[in-house]
Amino acid sequence: MMARKKFWVAVVVIILCIFIFLGRESPQTADKEEEETVTEESIVVGFSQLGAESDWRSANSESMRATFTEENGYKLIFEDGQQKQANQIMAIRTFIQQEVDYIVLAPVTETGWDTVLQEAKDAGIPVIIVDRMVNVSDESLFVCWVGSDFELEGRRAAEWLNQYTQIHDIPPEEINIVNIQGTIGASAQIGRTKGLADASRSNGWNLLEAVPGDFTRAKGREVMESLLKKYNNINVVYCENDNEALGAIDAIETAGKRVGSHITHGEIMVISFDGVNQEAMQHVKDGKIRCIAECNPLHGPRVRTIIEMLEEGGVPDKFYYVEEGMYTHDDTVKSVTVDGKVYPVTVVRHVGGENFH
Amino acid sequence: MANKTSAGSSLGAKFKNMTDTNLLLTITIVVFFVMYIGAIVFQGKGFLKPQTFMNILNANAALIITACGMSLVMITGGIDISVGGVAALVSMCCAVYLDFKGGNVFGAILIAVGIGIAFGLVQGFLVAYLEIQPFIVSLAGMFFARGMTTIVNTNPFNVENEAFVALKDTRIRIPGLGSVNKLGKYVPAYIEIGVVVALLVVLILFCLLRWTKMGRAFYAVGGNNQSALMLGINVKRTKFASHMLCSFLAGIGGFVYFLHVGSGSASHASGMEMNAIASSIIGGTMLTGGVGNIIGSFFGVLSLSTIQNIVSSAGLDEAWWTGITVAAMLCLFLVIQSVIMARKKRALNK
Repeated sequence: MMARKKFWVAVVVIILCIFIFLGRESPQTADKEEEETVTEESIVVGFSQLGAESDWRSANSESMRATFTEENGYKLIFEDGQQKQANQIMAIRTFIQQEVDYIVLAPVTETGWDTVLQEAKDAGIPVIIVDRMVNVSDESLFVCWVGSDFELEGRRAAEWLNQYTQIHDIPPEEINIVNIQGTIGASAQIGRTKGLADASRSNGWNLLEAVPGDFTRAKGREVMESLLKKYNNINVVYCENDNEALGAIDAIETAGKRVGSHITHGEIMVISFDGVNQEAMQHVKDGKIRCIAECNPLHGPRVRTIIEMLEEGGVPDKFYYVEEGMYTHDDTVKSVTVDGKVYPVTVVRHVGGENFH
Repeated sequence: MANKTSAGSSLGAKFKNMTDTNLLLTITIVVFFVMYIGAIVFQGKGFLKPQTFMNILNANAALIITACGMSLVMITGGIDISVGGVAALVSMCCAVYLDFKGGNVFGAILIAVGIGIAFGLVQGFLVAYLEIQPFIVSLAGMFFARGMTTIVNTNPFNVENEAFVALKDTRIRIPGLGSVNKLGKYVPAYIEIGVVVALLVVLILFCLLRWTKMGRAFYAVGGNNQSALMLGINVKRTKFASHMLCSFLAGIGGFVYFLHVGSGSASHASGMEMNAIASSIIGGTMLTGGVGNIIGSFFGVLSLSTIQNIVSSAGLDEAWWTGITVAAMLCLFLVIQSVIMARKKRALNK
């Protein structure tokens, strides 16, 4: 009995010691820490990425890693949220305790960030949001947002189709489009679907159906297979990311149809988004995908510019849209104009027999 | 024994005097403190702050509760992998009830407890009285709970019920603990309500296992079914009780999880059952039954979370690094457990 009692007493004493040790904040150690941070000089950036679900997302994470390197004078702490807001909130709290200099957040959802962003603000750590937006009651909780204008991407792709068909004298009523949508509710899906729907209405195209494809190749293929059975007059497929487009091409070719640009002669034209996936870019070279509206994942350099501006005491704009262009197979359409702004078209060609593989 | 040093033999004597449960518990607690102090030494200032430790508690209150329930079942020799599903179902039902139906927080707690008890009744009955393998029963329970969560509501959403949000944001400041932040402001350390619930659960279950007849019956049934029966213990009722308690705690844990994240989603608490099992094992509960301790499970959760924290602050960024370290840690614990148990057995035989 005695041994047991002693054991428990020892455990309790150890716990108490630790707590006292943790709670103590002596001025000496505080000074030392300050000295350390001054001599280190590298800027610590905590990045909470929402996950690694697509090629786009991986490229986005890679851009951050390539930008915030030790050679550039940064230390990046990367946290993968695995699609869970709880993980991301925990990551931000960890960043706050580690006293990072900047927090970069790619939020998985738009709502529910008020509390934790307030904590970051109270701790004096600026937060930069990338990709998706946050919906907070007080916009001063984050410094700025960097990302893509998804609706503009949709409108650009639709405008390219409009110009292409006008040049080839294809009447709008002969254009029969199906839309393979992304994950319903994602900002990218909402914007791209709206871009096409608006353009179809104003140009008089037949938008046969819009079906969700969850941004994946497998679902894209499945959806396209059933659409091909349902309609025999599809001549344009509008896929809301590259992975879906790859699936749709699989389905079209398996069904014995051709992908291409002669849409009045039975070929089906594929239009897609992102331009990150290597296989999709190869398809653009081969002419299987006629046009990709780029969604630029390279947020790293832009975020770095903002941080440098903040370091010098500057005030950045609240919203930054990254620059995005178009990838096409040929130069029928030289450039796309939306709202008076001209967007360049990059032709992806085989150069001297060079291949990706 | 003769050629051994006196220190060695006195250590051996201490091993002999300790029960298996206490021995494994000591290892867990020592490893946790070594790890945490190591983190303070090597990772620096972040871990020195009280709030870092409190954040581990805040984020893992739900896991502590479910791991405690898991330990109960594992002590009786069973397992329950439905706890994550139950937690997800609870958070979704509560979210829908609070947001769409305009319910109150008290009603939501009743829903959480109700779902837990319902799962406990069915699973406990199937395991104890129909003698179906607990793994199979709870596997079915897990699929059912996950499926039901999606039926209740497909899309994830945040709860905006005012009373609930107020409860969610309630912070209990801990006097005397705190740290000065970058702006030179003193921030007191805080815990969320869920942590209080978790600590209460740990305390109650600790007392239950240590000082009640029911607690002793748990160990007896897990240690050896037959001898427990001969001792006049109602084995079926004990097994039923353990599953009942585990699911009930999964319900409570689900509500605490919901209170922490404040949203309903079908993907909530995914992998929670596995984390609960891992925490129990790290905490010195043996899968074979009969050995285990609630305090150990509590420290198991803390160890698991601390290692995750260390991994991410060390800059090993990708999520799979956490998985690999946890796997290594589990291996280490299992090896330590078996080596020490084997040594002890040898010492006893001599």
